[in-house]
Amino acid sequence: MDVAAAALAGDRRALARLLSWVENGTVAGRKALVQLFPQTGEAHVIGITGAPGAGKSTLVNQLAREIRERGQKLAIVAVDPTSPYSGGALLGDRLRMRALSTDTGVFMRSMASRGDAGGIAHATRDVVSVLDAVGYPLILVETVGAGQSQVEVARMAHTVVLVEAPGMGDDIQALKAGLMEIADIIVVNKADKPEARQTVRALQSVRPGMRSEGHPRVSLGEEAQVAVEVAGWEAPILQTSALENRGVEELLAALEAHRDFLKESGQWRARLQENARAEVESWLQRQLLALLADKVGEARLTAVVDTVRRRENDPASAAQELLAAVLAAAGGKR
Amino acid sequence: MERKIRVLIAKPGLDGHDRGAKVVARALRDAGMEVIYTGLRQTPVMIAEAALQEDVDVVGLSILSGAHLSLVPRVLEQLRERNMADVPLFVGGIVPADDIPVLRELGVYKVFGPGTNTEDVVAAINQVVGA
Repeated sequence: MDVAAAALAGDRRALARLLSWVENGTVAGRKALVQLFPQTGEAHVIGITGAPGAGKSTLVNQLAREIRERGQKLAIVAVDPTSPYSGGALLGDRLRMRALSTDTGVFMRSMASRGDAGGIAHATRDVVSVLDAVGYPLILVETVGAGQSQVEVARMAHTVVLVEAPGMGDDIQALKAGLMEIADIIVVNKADKPEARQTVRALQSVRPGMRSEGHPRVSLGEEAQVAVEVAGWEAPILQTSALENRGVEELLAALEAHRDFLKESGQWRARLQENARAEVESWLQRQLLALLADKVGEARLTAVVDTVRRRENDPASAAQELLAAVLAAAGGKR
Repeated sequence: MERKIRVLIAKPGLDGHDRGAKVVARALRDAGMEVIYTGLRQTPVMIAEAALQEDVDVVGLSILSGAHLSLVPRVLEQLRERNMADVPLFVGGIVPADDIPVLRELGVYKVFGPGTNTEDVVAAINQVVGA
């Protein structure tokens, strides 16, 4: 039996191995994705994002415990940052998820961001696809500690939970574009702290201006800039204390309500459409970059970079000339 | 995409001193590895489950309590039970010289004592993974 078939049959070591292949972009991983992809699209994918230290991991741990108490299986993908210098990473999300570590109904995987700036790794989508295909009905994706603009998770998840901690800034911070806008559910964690009420008030005061319908787009074409505008969901602001296990049931209820809303309003399909687009774009970028790197070559790239350093050429023109040369060479072959 | 060496660093048993484990975790990170750090008071089942789910290339245990002769066999057993006998196990911490051959006999790949240079740990992992 091949690894993908073994993973489908419930072999957890095969699943873990397959996730590594997919993460490393190996040929075997690509083949398995081709085989498994038709069986994806069923899972409810939930993105959990927020600033470092807001309590994402602890909240995910409590949420998973609550889900397990209801007898449902789930998978967790937790992303931590890769060092820009060494390429290494310290993945510490398991530290806060001790309660789950011996429960075979939970599959938890740590991932390094490997240089991607969007709060998740390129391969996170593919890892989620595999977990979806092998039958995890619920997949929690915890992003790296995100600042303001790591919104990539919204193009992968059906539901985005933004975790805020008290005392992290005034209502102007909340008014800024970015993370706040992609939230389907806002959670003020550490509600055991006295400043929590103030944070909730600040968030409430800006919420009417937020748009919680549709999802942001970074698109290739003009046409796609028209967002899917289906009103009817206002991101609730919940309070939790992951430490005291308060508010977790309410959060789970809100997640279920959001899923039901998406399905009933037709937005589930709209999000699948957007996510599919994001996946294709992501692969297109990767394949184009790989192709260019292959065609241009390090020596030629360095030579062009040198002309930019000497200010003989500007970066945009340099890139354009390289691209034109590659395209001309490709056209000549035909 | 480049393949990264994935290492699990865990502290089994009850001793609460994780400075050594953290120093090693950081050194491995700086050597370009992906380190899954699970923290204190892990049971052998927790360690083997984490090693399985994370598909690590190497497992490193930090033990300062003196309980290595009781903890290590149980971790190895749990790894074997999950069909992971092929994953090399390293032990770091305070292990009397006489116990080192015993651990090696049990199936521990290498034992690192106090004063070990982190470069040696990195080199040993690179060697066993074949990087």
